[in-house]
Amino acid sequence: MAGTNPEAVIETRGLRRVFKSRRRQVDAVAGVDLNVSRGEIFGFLGPNGAGKTTTLRMLATLLPPSGGTARVAGCELATQQDRIRERIGYVGQAGGSDREITGRTELVFQGRLYGMSTQAAHRRAAELIEMLELEGAADRKTGTYSGGQKRRLDIGMGLVHSPELLFLDEPTTGLDPQSRARVWDEVRRMHERGTTVFLTTHYLDEADALCDRIAIIDYGKIVAEGSPEELKRAIAGDVVNFTIAGDQQRALDLVKDQDFVREARLENGSVHLYVDRGEVAMPAILRLLDAARLQLMTVELHRPSLDDVFLRQTGRSLREAAA
Amino acid sequence: MKVLRDTWLVFGRYFGLFIRNPVWVAIGVLQPVLYLVLFAPLLNPIATMRGFPPGGAYNVFVPGLLVQLGMFGAAGVGFSLIAELRMGVIERLRVTPVSRVALLFGRALRDMFSIVLQSLILILIALPFGLSIHPLGVVVVLALIGLIGLLTASIAYAVALVVKSEDSYAPIVFTAALPILLLSGVLLPMSIAPKWLQNIAAVNPLLYAVDAARHIFNDNLGDPSVAKGVLILAVLSVISVVIGARQFGRAVA
Repeated sequence: MAGTNPEAVIETRGLRRVFKSRRRQVDAVAGVDLNVSRGEIFGFLGPNGAGKTTTLRMLATLLPPSGGTARVAGCELATQQDRIRERIGYVGQAGGSDREITGRTELVFQGRLYGMSTQAAHRRAAELIEMLELEGAADRKTGTYSGGQKRRLDIGMGLVHSPELLFLDEPTTGLDPQSRARVWDEVRRMHERGTTVFLTTHYLDEADALCDRIAIIDYGKIVAEGSPEELKRAIAGDVVNFTIAGDQQRALDLVKDQDFVREARLENGSVHLYVDRGEVAMPAILRLLDAARLQLMTVELHRPSLDDVFLRQTGRSLREAAA
Repeated sequence: MKVLRDTWLVFGRYFGLFIRNPVWVAIGVLQPVLYLVLFAPLLNPIATMRGFPPGGAYNVFVPGLLVQLGMFGAAGVGFSLIAELRMGVIERLRVTPVSRVALLFGRALRDMFSIVLQSLILILIALPFGLSIHPLGVVVVLALIGLIGLLTASIAYAVALVVKSEDSYAPIVFTAALPILLLSGVLLPMSIAPKWLQNIAAVNPLLYAVDAARHIFNDNLGDPSVAKGVLILAVLSVISVVIGARQFGRAVA
């Protein structure tokens, strides 16, 4: 499969990972095909346990795949791990700095691990400290850092050797909104410098706002892939969500076979409709409910979100699946 | 050589952590000193028993204490590794091109250093009690104890990487350490043991280490058991470093 796409930074075919425990076998990643192009911010969206981190760890040489092939940064994953390691950065969920060591020492050490001289590593550490605005914290032990400072340091460690590809595993999980926005800014700056960023997230808004392209993964399989816009457009039309007083099933039975309804289902105790044109559908729905003497409690009309994409593909809401 | 450079780097990191917390050296020395003060005097009357090795109570007992220090001083090193697994440090190191051998060997060297330092302190403290040893003997015995530390630390790290939790690590390591210790002749010489016990003890590498150390302290540096003990430990250390490095290579956390 060498050289199938010169612009591909990540290319996988049938990538699999099986975890065996005493009793059973779990297909954490069940055949994933991915194409990530140079310079993209690629998002891997899915609920916890969907296989995001496992895929990422395989691509970052931390976990051997059970099957399939992958090329990462122009090298074969199976045979050229050392060369891949030189070209990628990886920021895991736990981060990776020692609580007892200062941020600057960690950055310098990280640079030295990538073969830099002591001076070069110090220079690079100072650069990153300035870039990530860690001046005030750099010479304190990382155990004293706030969540946002620590996450920025973690990202800095992944960037020490200016990798062409950076993996970020749930970079904003557990951060306050302000720190989250800072991390987004950093990711966009990396993007501007031409770094390819592959991140996982279970936040819909993060995938939507930050990523050029996303793949939605569920139970170890990719269920949809494309730009957020494309994915949302694939769900043509609008989404209407409503509840009635009493049994929702009655309302569903009433509307599901109407011409203007493309798809209808019960979701979280409300009726969920995909319709061609929301502004036409709404009055029609109201008339139907009135005629059947069903009392409308809440109603909502919106453009499809990534959650609708997820719902459409998996039959579950991501918010529900993530909970 | 990349392995040497990386080993030096990794050693530097853990040495830095170590010197900022010298209290561990004090704790490491305290226990053998307690043995020295509170237990060794009991040996004086039985040092004249048939089967008790020559050289006086302290020259028989201190080598055993040193071996014990070498082993127990290194048996606990996996705890810090498990803490690092949790902080993501190990994963972060493994994703860099750093040599896997260096990840193990660099830290184990730090542990060796700490154990050799503690051993030296213990020898110095034992001198006024009546221990006598040739300076060259001190060098050889420190090398021997260093090897025990390296062997034990490498195995301890491998176990920590496999079990990944303190709750499993502690019972495994300390349960394994006790029979090895008892059958090494650390507390009392195995020469006074019944035959069946000696037979079991014959497969214990630490027995040969203790034997070698006692000969060194008896001014018998040229005795074949010294070379034998050092060689056995050197070979086992190399094997355990390889096993430990392989665990760093495949650690699935």
